[in-house]
Amino acid sequence: MSTADTFRQADAALKKKRAWHWLEYVFWLAVAATVFLFPSQHTLLTQIAIWSLFALSLDLLLGYAGIVSLGHAAYFGFGAYVAALFAINFTGEPLTVLLVAGIAAGLLGLVTSLLVLRGSDLTRLMVTLGIALVMYELANQMSWLTGGADGLTGMPVNPVFGVFPISFRPTNSYIYVLCVLFVLFVVARRIVHSPFGYSLRAIKGNPLRASSIGISTNRRLIAVYALGAAYAGVAGALLAQTTPVVSLTYIDFQRSADVLLMLIIGGTGYLYGGIVGSALFLIAQKFIGNVTPQYWEFWIGFALVVIALFARDRGVFSIIERVANALRKEKAKP
Amino acid sequence: MLTILFDGIAYGMLLFVISCGLAVTLGLMNFVNLAHGAFAMLGGYCAYVLVNFYGVPFFASLPVAFLFAAMIGLVAERSLYVHFYNRSHLEQVLFTIGLVFMTSALVDYFLGSQQRFINLPSYLQGRFDFFGVGIGKYRLLIILVCALIVIVLQLILGHTRFGSRLRAAVDDQRVARGLGINVNRVFALTFAAGCGLAGLGGALGAEILSLEPHFPLKFMIYFLIVVSVGGTSSITGPFLASILLGIGDVAGKYYAPRFGGFVIYTIMIVVLVLRPQGLFTRGTSK
Amino acid sequence: MNALETVDLEKRFGGIVPTNSVSLRVREGARHALIGPNGAGKTTLINLLTGVLRPSKGKVKLGGGDITNLKPHQRVARGITRTFQINQLFADLSPLESIALVIGEREKQGARFWRAFGGDEAIAREAASLAQQFGLADVIGERTSSLPYGKQRQLEIALAIAGKPRVLLLDEPAAGVPEAERHEILETVAALPKDVTVLLIEHDMDIVFGFADRISVLVEGKLLVEGDPKEIQNDPRVRAVYLGEGAGD
Repeated sequence: MSTADTFRQADAALKKKRAWHWLEYVFWLAVAATVFLFPSQHTLLTQIAIWSLFALSLDLLLGYAGIVSLGHAAYFGFGAYVAALFAINFTGEPLTVLLVAGIAAGLLGLVTSLLVLRGSDLTRLMVTLGIALVMYELANQMSWLTGGADGLTGMPVNPVFGVFPISFRPTNSYIYVLCVLFVLFVVARRIVHSPFGYSLRAIKGNPLRASSIGISTNRRLIAVYALGAAYAGVAGALLAQTTPVVSLTYIDFQRSADVLLMLIIGGTGYLYGGIVGSALFLIAQKFIGNVTPQYWEFWIGFALVVIALFARDRGVFSIIERVANALRKEKAKP
Repeated sequence: MLTILFDGIAYGMLLFVISCGLAVTLGLMNFVNLAHGAFAMLGGYCAYVLVNFYGVPFFASLPVAFLFAAMIGLVAERSLYVHFYNRSHLEQVLFTIGLVFMTSALVDYFLGSQQRFINLPSYLQGRFDFFGVGIGKYRLLIILVCALIVIVLQLILGHTRFGSRLRAAVDDQRVARGLGINVNRVFALTFAAGCGLAGLGGALGAEILSLEPHFPLKFMIYFLIVVSVGGTSSITGPFLASILLGIGDVAGKYYAPRFGGFVIYTIMIVVLVLRPQGLFTRGTSK
Repeated sequence: MNALETVDLEKRFGGIVPTNSVSLRVREGARHALIGPNGAGKTTLINLLTGVLRPSKGKVKLGGGDITNLKPHQRVARGITRTFQINQLFADLSPLESIALVIGEREKQGARFWRAFGGDEAIAREAASLAQQFGLADVIGERTSSLPYGKQRQLEIALAIAGKPRVLLLDEPAAGVPEAERHEILETVAALPKDVTVLLIEHDMDIVFGFADRISVLVEGKLLVEGDPKEIQNDPRVRAVYLGEGAGD
């Protein structure tokens, strides 16, 4: 094979990797169709879209950079509080609020990344958990600002671009949230397919080698941590805009654990995992939760154990694949 | 003031008895067991059921709680945990959080979600005055029992064959295996004993720690602080960390109730960032 | 002119001194080999050279400039790269992606987040030609973890070369390679560009004497002797401690 052939082959391989797969178009068309297909479920769908964005933000850290976090709700909650306070004190223009919340959460991520990125997985787990707990305590204690345990209400939400009202309109809210999710998804997709995105994969795959080919691992990790925090902040702001009250549950451990679980269910490292996972999680919660609301927790725990036992990167898809393989083998037997 | 110190020591000793098993899990197998508190909770509920429903004396319920938690620990280790030793920390975390959720839901289902109190015998209630220091009888008992456990642990670790095997395994697993030590069995036994101690601590401290289904999550961070701040290379480190944490927590709740949790979490972060190997470990890192 | 130089380099771990006042000089364009028995401190020395470890004392100089206090990635930017004795590859990336990544970092494009990876034609071209050169053209798009060991070994060297180093540290390049694929690796090593200074850390004497024009012997953390292959081969001290001829051990 000549060098020119090799180059053509290489170029084609690289282009194919970053091009949109036809399944992705189908996926997003299907998502858009939900607006018309399930008009009575828009409240649930809005929740799913917001959790999707939140899980996507965690995927940027975990799936691409290998940063384990047990306290990602810190940034979600911070974004939500910033959004509410900014809207109350300055303007309720929704996109401005999202931007401010994202930037604020990103800055918090930037500062806290210096604490998180030292040490091993275990230290990271503890430090992320600790940061979320500190944020929770702060929100709880600074009740003059945050409303404490009662939460923060009365956040104004203006129409988007002055013409598209979303306040107390489930369908419009859903369309709004979906648009934000899609735009931020496209941005994230572009970032993970950039040289920066590949350097993250390299750091995740082999940090020792990454630094010995000249990657400044710490800086890249700080950057992605801040990005993930900013995304989480926007997700928090979206929830604040579409629900009447911003409360401590935005920052609690349950939320950090739930988002991790959703991402793991859907699978890490391909951006769609968070969306699939949060849809499955919330729909299951609705059905199982309706039958035995108290013991939903049991089934979450069960799902975690099963997924940890059997699924690696691809969440439920790994399990489906395993079952399919087993069945195929079974059939192949005479 | 001295009363607070006293209460803090009692609290810290409880924390130590519960979390020393976790230190071994983490130090020996490098396994992140977030479900450790679940075993403490099971021990607590075991004692609660025995004492309140069957009239078993409080003291008799303690060894039963130990055995109960140890048995469950042994079964869980052999059947489930063993699959996760060579997995990533993330998978260990998911698995053990899953266990926590399941146990909490099960306990909720069978015993209800309210906080439960063990009927303490009357001679353990109230406090007496000792040179002007108010001493709670129950807390005094906790300190005595825990001190006894610490001494027994030291003796076992320092002066028995099993203890020296365990220390060898913690120091260097590969070398220990090379010396013909059955590390897996040492670990299974230690894991069970650690769970048993957690169960005993849970039963003993049910009154202080408040027994309810979300106990494991509520205290998870405390147990983790003990092992991460104390380090896992000896039992002295976690012990000192427990006592400090106990005193700090009690004093914090008393003097600055609004900032108690905040201060403790902040200190934990600072310690972890400055000394990832723990506060009381030897200076060198591997 | 020395391409790479250490001055009184020392590393202590508690009471152990794996690197004990080592003053090593590697000339520009040299094919220099560093040999020594197991436990002589070769790995520690490499880690000191590449910045994985910080020395307790002494200096590391690259092309005359002091790099002692630089981090690993900064040293790479100054022109020193390495291979690993045990493969350190990006298992989930393809050889093409791995090589392109290195080239991109070298060209200071690694932090760009709004460009498409592989969208720069010059980089893709160079990556393809390196893959060709290292015999990876036929597996260019496959996952690295699925490659046969010999190919992975080639990639290991390709990644170090893709950084266009002035000094290349080769840590036992043929380690673990089956006999049948061995000559390919050795050909690759022999064909390394002449303007690259190579420091080879090696166990296998055939490889060392077939490749090096200069040899340093490291024993118990200290440099025992340095010379050309003939001198080393005939040095009684080296024979005693290393080649084992005539020595009781």
